[in-house]
Amino acid sequence: MNEPSGPGRSADPCVAAAVVVRDLGLTFPGKRAGGEVRVLERINIDVWAGEFVCLIGPSGCGKTTLLNVIAGFQKASRGEVYVQGEPVHGPDRRRIYIFQEGSVFPWLTVGENVALGLMAKTEAERRGIVQHYLDMVGLTGFERVYPRQLSGGMRQRLELARALAADPAILYMDEPFGALDYFTRFKMRADLIRIWQREKKTVLFVTHDIDEAVQLADRIIVLSPRPASVQAIVDVDLPRPRDTSAPNYLHARDRILGIMGVNLWGDPATCSPDSGNGGNTHLDERDRIRAPT
Amino acid sequence: MSSLEASAISSPSAGRQPGGQDPQGAASSRPLPLSYGAVFLPLIVVAVFLFIWDLSVRLSGRVLFPKPFDVALGIIELVEQGLLFKYVVASLFRVTWGFTLAVLVGVPFGLFLGWFRQAREAFNPLIQALRPISPIAWIPLAILWFGVSDAAPVFLIFLASVFPTTVSTMAAVQGVQTVHLRAAENFGLTKFQLFRWVIVPATLPQIVTGLRIALGVAWLVVVAAEMIAVNSGLGYLIIDARNAGKRYDLVVAGMVLIGFIGWLLDLLMRQVERFPAMRWAYGARNE
Repeated sequence: MNEPSGPGRSADPCVAAAVVVRDLGLTFPGKRAGGEVRVLERINIDVWAGEFVCLIGPSGCGKTTLLNVIAGFQKASRGEVYVQGEPVHGPDRRRIYIFQEGSVFPWLTVGENVALGLMAKTEAERRGIVQHYLDMVGLTGFERVYPRQLSGGMRQRLELARALAADPAILYMDEPFGALDYFTRFKMRADLIRIWQREKKTVLFVTHDIDEAVQLADRIIVLSPRPASVQAIVDVDLPRPRDTSAPNYLHARDRILGIMGVNLWGDPATCSPDSGNGGNTHLDERDRIRAPT
Repeated sequence: MSSLEASAISSPSAGRQPGGQDPQGAASSRPLPLSYGAVFLPLIVVAVFLFIWDLSVRLSGRVLFPKPFDVALGIIELVEQGLLFKYVVASLFRVTWGFTLAVLVGVPFGLFLGWFRQAREAFNPLIQALRPISPIAWIPLAILWFGVSDAAPVFLIFLASVFPTTVSTMAAVQGVQTVHLRAAENFGLTKFQLFRWVIVPATLPQIVTGLRIALGVAWLVVVAAEMIAVNSGLGYLIIDARNAGKRYDLVVAGMVLIGFIGWLLDLLMRQVERFPAMRWAYGARNE
């Protein structure tokens, strides 16, 4: 349906780029002179419109910080972030952030939460949109329930419904399924892909889970340990729904594991960080063989 | 919960959640059961207390302390004279005014201080230094300024309850989670919408808890204020019963009434904590 072979290979990056990160750096000032902490270093990323990109890296490497900077919650020390051609100066309702710890308002009902981004609409419009997105995430009939009464997985569905109802072009997702159990996480990923294919949003998804990244992403950006820099960019040209036992899937997973693992032994596998195709070699060829149509 | 929602909860989509809890238990707010534990046991404790009280006064063979029965007679005497109702109303009147003024000042001021860091830093030392001064210490000044009138105890009650109200409201606003503020910012809420949909509902449960404490303090202070600054009310009853005729049965009757009414006031504030707007914060405890 939305097989992401087109936009990612666009010849002119300015046309289809949803998010452009240029030479981004972030340094936290230390308590003493010379004690500053370098968190992000010379990061260059292009995310195409409609693309699903995962940011992956070892824990504590600064993935969430990078997403916070891209979303405008945190100022960078150096470099720029452009979204749809405009420099980012702060958060914006056209790009909604889904927080790891969950940010639905416990004092509002499920329905009221989903209506959060719809304050400018009329009551009737609001009701229709709320219903539509609750149906989409499988929370039909829960609109008058409070979030506390939902399970963790349902709360993250609510978070997603609230974000989608505001009709953003881009979703920033920070380990949204991190706190869920294995089965719920699995189901949530499948549902997220189904919804993404239908809604055609650009998704920038932070995770430390390699399986999750390979199951979800069109492209995986592998970050190095702190200070985070782009270590490799891996295209995942596997058809969806993805077969997690297929050789191509396992190969992609092992490849990323290799990139991250090799680095642990002090021998970083350096790939060209600013080219979308820099990170994938023969993975791409195999995918062309496998891809249907 | 209506039956409609209850049926929605048990729909198949809920059952598909492996990590799902039973939402029905949390949804229904059960009334406190008037059972063995809630009524019978407290009555036994009170009865044993009265028995020991009575027995120890009898065994001492002195009249330094009235027996429970004398106190009960004292309360009946107050009812017959029409004083009980009059004094209770007088005390409650002063508490209502002082407490209401404290809420009207303390809650907005606390919201302001909680939201603006610089204002908080500027005012906090002064508040923290004024707060430990017992309202009792203000009595001479209150009489000097307001004379022997209702204004003096109202002022003292205001002083007593405005600080806990302000400080708890301030703390509540500071306690609003960053992730909720960021979400509000992300969804483009205006300042007013942020206040209406985030700050107020997020802080309300903690503010009400602060008000409960403030009302308790107000009730403590009204009794002290009435002993000095006015000639009506339950505090006045105690000091008057002692001065005019050493009626210690009436002194203790006054104490009993103060305790009982203070308890009722606290129960009232607890009911406020059960309002729908507050339930989200307490729901987990009732499960």
